[in-house]
Amino acid sequence: MANRLLIKLIVGTEAMFFLSLIMAYIYFSYLPGYHSGQEYSLDVKSTAIFSICLFFSSFTFWRAETNYRKGEIKRLKFWLLFTIALGVVFLFGQGREYLKLFNQNINISSSMFGTSFFTLTGFHGLHVIVGLIVIGIITCLTFLGDFNNSKSSVISSVGIYWHFVDIVWLFVFMIVYIIPHL
Amino acid sequence: MEEIFVPEPEESLPGISVNNNQGLLQWISSVDHKQIGIMYLWLSMLFLLVGGTEILLVRIQLAVPNNHFLGPEIYNQLFTMHGTTMIFFVLMPAIFGFATYFVPLMTGANDMAFPRLNALSFWATFFGGFMLYFSFLAGGAPDAGWFNYAPLNQYNYSSSPGVNYYCSGLLLAGIGSVTASANFIVTILKYRVHTMRLKQLPVFVWMVLINSFLVLAAFPALNAALVMLLLDRQLHAHFFNPAAGGSAILWQHLFWLFGHPEVYILILPVFGIFSEVIPVFSRKPIFGYAFIVGSGMAIALLAFGVWIHHMFATGLGNIVNSFFSASSLLIGVPTGIKIFSWLATMYGGSIRFKVPMLFAIAFLVEFTIGGLSGISFALVPIDWQLTDTYYVVAHIHYVFIGGSLFGLLSGLFYWFPKMSGHLINEKLGKWFFWLFVIGFNLTFLVQHALGAMGMTRRVYTYPDLPGWGILNMISTIGGFLMAIAVGLLVYIVVKALKSGEKATSDPWDANTLEWATSSPPALKNFEQVIPVKSLRPYRDYKRPDDADWLKTDQNGK
Repeated sequence: MANRLLIKLIVGTEAMFFLSLIMAYIYFSYLPGYHSGQEYSLDVKSTAIFSICLFFSSFTFWRAETNYRKGEIKRLKFWLLFTIALGVVFLFGQGREYLKLFNQNINISSSMFGTSFFTLTGFHGLHVIVGLIVIGIITCLTFLGDFNNSKSSVISSVGIYWHFVDIVWLFVFMIVYIIPHL
Repeated sequence: MEEIFVPEPEESLPGISVNNNQGLLQWISSVDHKQIGIMYLWLSMLFLLVGGTEILLVRIQLAVPNNHFLGPEIYNQLFTMHGTTMIFFVLMPAIFGFATYFVPLMTGANDMAFPRLNALSFWATFFGGFMLYFSFLAGGAPDAGWFNYAPLNQYNYSSSPGVNYYCSGLLLAGIGSVTASANFIVTILKYRVHTMRLKQLPVFVWMVLINSFLVLAAFPALNAALVMLLLDRQLHAHFFNPAAGGSAILWQHLFWLFGHPEVYILILPVFGIFSEVIPVFSRKPIFGYAFIVGSGMAIALLAFGVWIHHMFATGLGNIVNSFFSASSLLIGVPTGIKIFSWLATMYGGSIRFKVPMLFAIAFLVEFTIGGLSGISFALVPIDWQLTDTYYVVAHIHYVFIGGSLFGLLSGLFYWFPKMSGHLINEKLGKWFFWLFVIGFNLTFLVQHALGAMGMTRRVYTYPDLPGWGILNMISTIGGFLMAIAVGLLVYIVVKALKSGEKATSDPWDANTLEWATSSPPALKNFEQVIPVKSLRPYRDYKRPDDADWLKTDQNGK
């Protein structure tokens, strides 16, 4: 259980990191330099669909964990690949959003909205990429047969991190996309 | 394919030769917690000499009024590097070094929970330090002070790449601190010998445990601030640039949200060291174990509710200031509980005045002075009067040297025989102690007066006002006494390593598990761990008829 405790502690410290970024985002949204109006350039509907993909990937990873515990390696492989696919779709959505904003000349140095938006969502995106790399590694190991007996805590430890990344997005999505449009 | 091979250690203290794989190569590739702990301590010693040299140059500049020994640019770089080095690359690595070395030994574990992560933590800290110093070669060191306030940290005010190296160096070292802390928590909670209950953890281990949670909670705020600053400087974001709509005060919030807990991160493990040293050299059990541990937790919680007292002068309003003034005053309570517990531990004991104990006693005096000047800063009007004067400089050095560094030196003299297998010459040790303590007080006591007289910190020279010249000269002389003392310390340590008397496994007649191993401990710490039935398991083992757990009213319960 040492692995799981370690990853919980790391997730805890990462949560504090995102708390700092989110507080900075909220703080700036009250300052006069924050260009109100630019947040309406965000594509809420399509981002909502991509967000659902990310949230759904938590479910698929949970299915992977359960099947691993039962020793169903074939299903484990399926759910892991499904999770990776959903994560990639989410990143594609984020890239699409960024390109759209760049075309409207909204970037990290254009305004306070740009500075705080790209920093917050960018760091979340980095965490998704790291999660996908790690899940990619355990998928490879699964195909190589390393997880044929179901005693390792690696998959459930990675799960703690992956669910965390999803929960962070829930908060970011609420604060950046939903609340300004209420 | 050529076979690559990572040397396995053959003995607990490899040499430093480069001709075989049991020398330097062995240290570099080591994942053994004892070797990594020792490397942390050498890293700390190296940066102590570097950071000390920087401040000696500053003291020469300040020795007389209107001096032109250093220009303002180089002066700013030197005091910035001095502060950053001493906090992040002297005190932090020394604390992590002792914790890495002794947490497994004191809890009956054979290594840290994650030995390779442990090595990663050390090397991240190591390269963080060298990254910071690379700035000298890259066009100029950071020059906005160790807390690097906005907008001085912005490109317009500091156009050399120094601040970029400050950010990346501290980020790297910060990652090392966070991973090491997570490692400590898992080691203590999951890997201690199963007979040791939480109520029987040595106080040092308790403090490392509490401290690790503090690191995990506080460092992310710094890391977030550092990446924002890097984005500001490299990608032209506007977090801390008021001209473009950013906020300079946000930097202060984020920095001190980390910075104040950091002060406690640097003192809590040291409280733990004193809680080991004072009972051993007073030959009494620790007084008020539960209160010492509990007040440590209280300090850790309060740490996150006091950061505004660094910002009283920024004009946040009376309500905010009053709240944080009250919470800052509260800190005095748990700290006072600890001081009285140590005094009560010494009371009636048969005290042996060895060097570790001398540092512990000196700490009680000096740290109380530092605590009192700290309390005076919690009062908003006094803070407004004294902020950014030499009074602050005196305060911070009384807690960081009189508190943290004295504790680390006490720990060094206490544990040196265990780590190296050699005894330190007691007479030379006492010379070092007196030189260092006298030099320290000479340097910083007068700075209280200078601050009250209105001398501002961080200005490269000062006018010839009545009293200023002579007090600064005294301070400089004190600084050089400390430098001589540190030189003596290096000599003492090297001499003891080369030709010191062989140490027995338990030279101080101590209480805790690390002394039950050989000196230095074998590569595998314990073949078998002695039974743990009280706070002082090794003493119980040595004196079975007088064991703590036989006495129902003592800590054995």
